[in-house]
Amino acid sequence: MSQAFIHLENVGVVYPNGHHALEGVTADLSPGTICGLVGVNGAGKSTLFKSIMGFITPTSGKVEITGLPVKQALKKNMVSYVPQTEEVDWNFPVLVEDVVMMGRYGYMNFLRRPSQADKKAVDEALQRVGMQDYRKRQIGELSGGQKKRVFVARALAQGGKIILLDEPFTGVDIKTEDSLIALFRILAEEGRLMLVSTHNLGSVPGFCDTVMMVNKTLLAYGPVETTFTQDNLAAAFGGMLRHHQLMGDELHDDPDARGVTVLTDDERPLVLYGEQGGQKIVRTKETAGEGIGRHD
Amino acid sequence: MIEYLLEPFAYEYMVKAIWVSALVGGVCAFLSCYMILKGWSLMGDALAHSIVPGVAFAYLLALPYAIGAFFAGILAAGGMAFVKQKTKLREDAVIGLVFTTFFAIGLVLVSINPMAVNIQAIILGNILAISDQDVQQVIIISLVVLSVLLLKWKDFLAVFFDEGHARSIGLPTSFLKIVFFTLLSAATVAALQTVGACLVIAMVVTPGATAYLLTDRFGVMVWIAITIGTLSSALGAYLSYFLNTNPGGFIVLIETALFLSAFLFAPKYGLISQKRAVNKHREAL
Ligand SMILES: Nc1ncnc2c1ncn2[C@@H]1O[C@H](COP(=O)(O)OP(=O)(O)OP(=O)(O)O)[C@@H](O)[C@H]1O
Ligand SMILES: [Mg+2]
Repeated sequence: MSQAFIHLENVGVVYPNGHHALEGVTADLSPGTICGLVGVNGAGKSTLFKSIMGFITPTSGKVEITGLPVKQALKKNMVSYVPQTEEVDWNFPVLVEDVVMMGRYGYMNFLRRPSQADKKAVDEALQRVGMQDYRKRQIGELSGGQKKRVFVARALAQGGKIILLDEPFTGVDIKTEDSLIALFRILAEEGRLMLVSTHNLGSVPGFCDTVMMVNKTLLAYGPVETTFTQDNLAAAFGGMLRHHQLMGDELHDDPDARGVTVLTDDERPLVLYGEQGGQKIVRTKETAGEGIGRHD
Repeated sequence: MIEYLLEPFAYEYMVKAIWVSALVGGVCAFLSCYMILKGWSLMGDALAHSIVPGVAFAYLLALPYAIGAFFAGILAAGGMAFVKQKTKLREDAVIGLVFTTFFAIGLVLVSINPMAVNIQAIILGNILAISDQDVQQVIIISLVVLSVLLLKWKDFLAVFFDEGHARSIGLPTSFLKIVFFTLLSAATVAALQTVGACLVIAMVVTPGATAYLLTDRFGVMVWIAITIGTLSSALGAYLSYFLNTNPGGFIVLIETALFLSAFLFAPKYGLISQKRAVNKHREAL
């Protein structure tokens, strides 16, 4: 068995108001991959993140990170968390470089005095996300995409092998999304595990290796090619997706039976092409924005 | 002339009033930086009022007043946190609810059991007539609060800025928050002596608010706030000698004057420079 970075065993969460947000989630996530987390609003994505981060203690089951309980793993700076934009107060008088430096606190002494190594880590992290020119800006004075980058830089400076990103693409334009995705790919190739929740179904096949589909429980988990299918999507999203299907006879004059299915939850749609029942994902990575899913 | 200006320093009670005020002003100013960023300004006011029954109790049991005040403060802060967590009431409602209850308990206690404690002294402060024993208490409180803040100010900043992240790097966030409110209660007790319950809120808000307009860095903001808090408290106490007034009022008015100048003239966030920046841009077009 491959070493699992995150081990979820029968994880269940019941909120104090009696709401069953998650039940029976079991999965092993391995290093060097990007795992997409998709599901409708209220499916429990953020709840799963919070359980992994130890913000809430699962009411049943357990979470282990490289074999350690969550608390110990956090003490070792193994996990970085990039919050949803709304969770941060942008009026704080902190500069971009101060925010990134906070990622290093776990390595500093009692007084949090940055060492040369800390400063170097901050420089490098800012460089990697392309924000070095903005280091002296107050964080509220950045655009949405730039803010996301700064928090990714903080995660990098922290040096964790696991990075959790809660909806990093909301309110970000296609160009920025693509550059963030390129960065995530590199980070995963360096051996990190990235867990990314998103509503952009169309981007999932383009950058995720595996996908978790949740709706109060884990409906499906596995490689994108075999798991991210129309059936599973229908199960995860019920009638919640905007759904357009053009079958062979509407699409071609010849007897070609292949058809196009377009599924969308939010911004980027997912396009499937092929014969009914056996449709394949069309990667819409660079064509998004112009016409989507040209077929050949 | 010079002799006239130095006159206050000839009196021991004036000298004491000046430097005790300065110390308390500096400590409160440090805390004010966090308070204004979190929108907790009214919390200081609430704590100051909640402390009254603690003081009354302490006198009843012949304990140092600071102990009673401190426990009442902690109880009030804890009460507010508890009610807020368990209900969906907004913060202002919770604060109002808890602190008026405490204050009412204090008033009832004082009226059914008339005692040496002068409620007026608690509400208005009485730094000019502060006893040596009280001075000692204020100094100890101030020094403890100051040293914890100096050692841990970055941790508090990390927790208040992004609690999720603070937890993810292994900081004990709940513990740090409890420590912070303990420090706040303690500082409020000290400030009570200087400016009184009614004006404590100014000391834990105004210096931070002024400093916020002058910088984009928290570390710098803290130093500006402390400088403002210390100097205006000392100056307020000093000037009160000549005008024969309550020092508390003076201290707060000086702090307000500084806030107004920052509001108008601050290099980046001042009214005037912002107008100028916009005008410059217009002319350029
Ligand atoms: N603190 C809470 N107390 C009670 N119920 C909660 C709490 N937080 C979330 N829930 C409920 O748990 C369910 C899952 O919420 P969660 O935030 O995990 O959804 P999500 O998948 O992240 O949704 P979104 O796509 O909108 O971000 C929702 O039904 C929500 O109402
Ligand atoms: Mg969510």
